[in-house]
Amino acid sequence: MLSIKDLKASVDGKEILRGLDLEVKTGEVHAIMGPNGSGKSTLAHVLAGREGYEVTGGSVELDGRNLVALSPEERAHLGVFLAMQYPVELPGVNNSVFLRTALNAIRKARGEAELDAAAFLRLMREKLKLVDLREDLLKRAVNAGFSGGEKKRNEIFQMALLEPRLAILDETDSGLDIDALRIVADGVNALRSPDRAMIVVTHYQRLLDYIEPDCVHVLAGGRIVRSGDKSLALELEEKGYGWITGEAA
Amino acid sequence: MAMTNAAVHDLVQRGYEHGFVTAIEQDTLPPGLGEETVRAISARKGEPGWMLDWRLKAYRHWLSMEEPAWSSVHYPKIDYQAISYYSAPRTKDAPKSLDDIDPELLRTYEKLGIPLEEQKALSGVAVDAVFDSVSVATTFREQLAEAGVIFCSMSEAIREHPGLVQRYLGSVVPHTDNFFAALNSAVFSDGTFVYVPAGVRCPMELSTYFRINAAKTGQFERTLIVAEAGAYVSYLEGCTAPQRDENQLHAAVVELVALDDAQIKYSTVQNWYPGDAEGRGGIYNFVTKRGDCRGARSKISWTQVETGSAITWKYPSCILRGDGSAGEFYSVALTKGRQQADTGTKMIHIGRDTRSTIVSKGISAGEGRNAYRGLVRIAQRAENARNHTQCDSLLLGDRCAAHTFPYVEVKNPSAQVEHEATTSKISEDQLFYCRSRGLSAEDAVGMIVNGFCREVFQELPMEFAVEAQKLLSLSLEGTVG
Repeated sequence: MLSIKDLKASVDGKEILRGLDLEVKTGEVHAIMGPNGSGKSTLAHVLAGREGYEVTGGSVELDGRNLVALSPEERAHLGVFLAMQYPVELPGVNNSVFLRTALNAIRKARGEAELDAAAFLRLMREKLKLVDLREDLLKRAVNAGFSGGEKKRNEIFQMALLEPRLAILDETDSGLDIDALRIVADGVNALRSPDRAMIVVTHYQRLLDYIEPDCVHVLAGGRIVRSGDKSLALELEEKGYGWITGEAA
Repeated sequence: MAMTNAAVHDLVQRGYEHGFVTAIEQDTLPPGLGEETVRAISARKGEPGWMLDWRLKAYRHWLSMEEPAWSSVHYPKIDYQAISYYSAPRTKDAPKSLDDIDPELLRTYEKLGIPLEEQKALSGVAVDAVFDSVSVATTFREQLAEAGVIFCSMSEAIREHPGLVQRYLGSVVPHTDNFFAALNSAVFSDGTFVYVPAGVRCPMELSTYFRINAAKTGQFERTLIVAEAGAYVSYLEGCTAPQRDENQLHAAVVELVALDDAQIKYSTVQNWYPGDAEGRGGIYNFVTKRGDCRGARSKISWTQVETGSAITWKYPSCILRGDGSAGEFYSVALTKGRQQADTGTKMIHIGRDTRSTIVSKGISAGEGRNAYRGLVRIAQRAENARNHTQCDSLLLGDRCAAHTFPYVEVKNPSAQVEHEATTSKISEDQLFYCRSRGLSAEDAVGMIVNGFCREVFQELPMEFAVEAQKLLSLSLEGTVG
């Protein structure tokens, strides 16, 4: 479903990804791990199409469509979703209005009927249960005044609502206490589906205690240097990254 | 289309039997300004002698005045002798059909969902009719009359309610006030008069049909709103649809008078033609707006959304004379292309325990120039006066400009005056966040800017808040990237 071949990308002229290959099938959850500066977040942003992340080589195909030339919104319409490490605040922008506009933009791009306010409210209430988010947060401005945990849960909530084909979670576990982590992981697990693939980018093995990946990849120096099943994550936890990145160097 | 035109034609022939709009004059005075001009205007309107005298006094004073030059706006010198000071609302130069109208303008109407006939009125096409609103207008008038509210054109008020007009006209903005107010006092064409008797809460927003008529109120508009003790009225002028006008200079005067415990809420959505991409042909909107909180515990609230005009130059103000009175000013001013705005407010605290709130949101895009200019003055006897000012600027792109000129004069040590100001740009992070959720870059900017203005929009009457948001998003089109 997602096929990344020999992907090279630079930020500010500096090459970060140096020939990355990754295949993800529908229904699978892949974890990307790696030390700081290995290119994990760059990969997440490149997949979502952020400006300033320049693809200099290789290809990224989702369901046979090359994503590289597409804008962030076009990718979103195809089903790419990035849960961000640092969700931004949008002062004055009502959360539910924001989400309804986003959902309807996606539905419209796909030729589906837009949801009216009542239908959206029903959908929203149903999805809220997944992440244990208070309904009154949806009446507030997007992420404004949210705690760190609330912001992350809001990301998962958005993911639930937008039902992406490919969900990328960029260090969603960072800054979360153990309770919040569990809530986020429960939400993610509830969204696992045979029609959906997920890429979970994380620095620590901790998250993978709650989200069990089908594959674990280690990213170092802009390439995937080791892939394995979940036991690889445990091994990393035990030995640190040095033994792999050292090999790669 | 042909049928619609025929229907409109019928309406025109029928004339304004329901009377909100005064009979349409067919003639136009030749360009130039002198005492004869003032006399001619007054005569054509069939005004009583006292009105003519008032106009002449203003004219003579105007002659002694200099055009002000202290603002931050730039425009070529206006030749006051080249302007015609009295013209029928539709001159023979008016476009013959929508085919003659700037297609860009028509596209905007379409997006705002303005009905075809309303499009014609707004763009100044030579058709004249109070389409679709005649029966509605009658119903409104009956309802208002029942409550004792007077809501009519200024010309009608001068004829029908001379006592009230004489008592209040010029009592807030005297004819000597400033250059443009003096000019307006001499040659004002028409406008609106509202009188709400003591203890009456006006049963409706005074807006619904005025917005259709607004396109015809002309170049030198004069508005007077009086709320007697304990009265309440909410008035909305303008229209979200862009209005085209042959007259480049608009110098309106608005006066509000609130007596004890009265409340006036005055909302403006201003979207006059800003000119083409180079700024040619846009309206100069030089307006004097002032409210007098004459009574104790009275309150006057200005809310404005300014997106149109080549130049906007105005400071809706409050004189807080009554003890415990309150003034509010909520403003959104958007400038793009070559638009310029120098706008803000004056809060003059005279009474004890007076309060004022200023929330100004300036948005500059393209090569737009936006200045907030505000004065907060606490007079010596204004014990316990309080003011809070919040002044935020948002820049889109790197060729626009935003300036803030806050003036604060405090003569009483018990005053509390606060001023907050921010200047920001839409961040890349915010844009990317929205786009990664499926919003186009334009929708994302629209949403972020609307969020920036939320505190002001929530002061608008509900339906207009929605329209204002739409308008803002629309105005921002093409400013991204």
